[in-house]
Amino acid sequence: MTSAALRSRAWKLLELVTTPLLPSDYLDLVSPLRAGADLRGRIEAVHKETADAATIVIRPGRGWRGHTAGQYIRIGVDVDGVRLWRAYSVTSPSNRTDGRITITVKAIPDGKVSNHLVRKVKPGTVIQLDQACGEFVLPKTKPAKVLYLTAGSGITPVMGMLRDTELADAVMVHSAPRQEDVIFRNDLHDLVADEKLRLVELHTDTHGMLDVARLHELVPDWAERETWACGPTGLLDAAEQHWAEHDLADRLHTERFRPSVVVAGDGGEVTFSTTGKTVDADGATPLLDVGEEAGVLMPSGCRMGICFGCVTPLRAGAVRDLRTGEITEAEPGVLIQTCVSAAAGPCDIER
Amino acid sequence: MSAIDPTAHLTAEQIEELGRELDAIRDEVMSSRGEKDAAYIRKVISVQRKLELASRGVLLFSIFPPAWLVGTAGLSVAKILENMEIGHNVLHGQWDWMRDPKIHSTTWEWDHVSPAEQWKHSHNELHHTYTNVIGKDNDLGYGIMRVDEDQKWHPMHLGQPLWNFINACFFEYGIAAYDLELGKNLHKRRRKNPEFRARARAVGRKIRGQVLKDYVIHPLLSGPSFLTTLAATFTANLVRNLWSHSVIMCGHFPEGVQVFERRSIKGETRGQWYLRQMMGSANISGSKLMHIMTGNLSHQIEHHLFPDLPSNRYAEVAVKVRALFEKYELEYVTGSMPKQVFSAWHKVFRLSLPNKKPKTKTPARDKELVAA
Repeated sequence: MTSAALRSRAWKLLELVTTPLLPSDYLDLVSPLRAGADLRGRIEAVHKETADAATIVIRPGRGWRGHTAGQYIRIGVDVDGVRLWRAYSVTSPSNRTDGRITITVKAIPDGKVSNHLVRKVKPGTVIQLDQACGEFVLPKTKPAKVLYLTAGSGITPVMGMLRDTELADAVMVHSAPRQEDVIFRNDLHDLVADEKLRLVELHTDTHGMLDVARLHELVPDWAERETWACGPTGLLDAAEQHWAEHDLADRLHTERFRPSVVVAGDGGEVTFSTTGKTVDADGATPLLDVGEEAGVLMPSGCRMGICFGCVTPLRAGAVRDLRTGEITEAEPGVLIQTCVSAAAGPCDIER
Repeated sequence: MSAIDPTAHLTAEQIEELGRELDAIRDEVMSSRGEKDAAYIRKVISVQRKLELASRGVLLFSIFPPAWLVGTAGLSVAKILENMEIGHNVLHGQWDWMRDPKIHSTTWEWDHVSPAEQWKHSHNELHHTYTNVIGKDNDLGYGIMRVDEDQKWHPMHLGQPLWNFINACFFEYGIAAYDLELGKNLHKRRRKNPEFRARARAVGRKIRGQVLKDYVIHPLLSGPSFLTTLAATFTANLVRNLWSHSVIMCGHFPEGVQVFERRSIKGETRGQWYLRQMMGSANISGSKLMHIMTGNLSHQIEHHLFPDLPSNRYAEVAVKVRALFEKYELEYVTGSMPKQVFSAWHKVFRLSLPNKKPKTKTPARDKELVAA
């Protein structure tokens, strides 16, 4: 018998001992970052970058497969006891020797996770991780001339690239409200001093918003440059339009942090994605009834919100709790009680 | 259904007001769930798992009497914690709000021969929705006992103290049987129902896994301590069964707890449903440790009012709920564990004998129904 087969036999035997739990349920108590465990990370340090931004140093578990500069990771953080998932760009280079990675987070007003990470989280905290992903990366063959067009926290994936890959001719146009709001300002100016980067730093409080149409005044050869842009939706929309108008759309790469905005209204179109049915629902009818009327096989129980026999994943959109009026928005792992939830705008129920 | 309806003095309006006050209590806790609560359940789970592992480790040497004693006691406590404070409450969805897939009612499986899926149906849906309604709530006497003076006496009931004791010893199997609704489904025609057969197979698989773990693998791993470990795991399961059976008897059987007729819940309002839960449950008084070991079912009244509230919050809710009982002049049935266990057993013995049919005073809301 091979050693792998022997190991799998031994593991099976262990499962017989730990049933109905799994051996990993016990191992997780002492070694959450071990090989074979669900991917997690331990926060080792939090470094302040600006008044409302911080870099989080994470030691990923043994299952971490590495990242390419510019990619992002999804992290699951328990905020007030509730697990919330968010995506953040990796800001450390891919060749960092101590195996740690960093993300850099800017606290946004009312942002539960960002404020928690910037102001509250303590080193030692274990968080959930996903493998890195995203297409916002440099190609294998280095482009001759590059432009990085960023604003605010949109600098984070680009910082990952700058730290990772040295380019012969790189220009960055970055805008932030004020000088003290520029994340990584010292790092950027170090790169400039080493002549590794040409930087155009704009402060919107004094210079006004960056007008993409006048980009040629700042970077005359912008059209010859392969461009990576990341920032608020307004900037990215304007950039896409500008590049398209000059028939250069294939030279522009963008990264959006917020792809869709949930509109929580009264009622909406309900999709039961597994069954492939779509129906209109008002804001007062429980989704359980809506599904049943549409002929969808819905699990059900007490029909009054106490037994949790009806819980179902909410894949997209928003629902309103008929008892409290509270809105729940779709996120991975969010389950809703269909018997006391109604559509609050278009939504997608996994049934 | 007792001779005197203890809620007769309440008007329909008062009952709805009571319902609103209870809703407010619930909302207050729900909106304040947070990090402390999450830390609590994770701590209990961690302690339970470490205690179970350590106890099973000690039992590998159970041939030595001190090791047997320590290991058996530890494993008994671990099994009780697993079923009561953790399993029962997780399966109620009390911790679903944390959105942790590892501590969630839809993914949890427990150290019990009844599969979580089946237990959730018979317990969360049937028992909690139809609490103490004769003919609808199988928890009432588990279909083998007479629990109210109004129920027809049958000579079979003479043996009910014995049935109850046997059920207590093998409680988890009793629960599996009634989650399967064995009594009803063993009829020839129903036995072949494919849905029933699938559920029976699931129970079979669960029993096989549990028996293999406790009575084969663990004793085998103990080598020369095979027999003593076997005795230890059997004892731990017995202790857990007797304990959970006692706790659950205290929840709905003691004197003073009301049962209800099927027709009395027709068209029941939210307020009336709350009132039925208040009158159909009983608490156990005791220390904090006592509450944890009963899975906080010592706060059975509060648990029945708000089954999805995190268990560690029942104690603070109990103070407010009790004040409402006083305000509405209702009897809050509670007592020490020995007192309540005695009271429940006393009822089991008393009702094993026939009695004169009591003069039933129809409860207020029945009168309305009759009039309508």
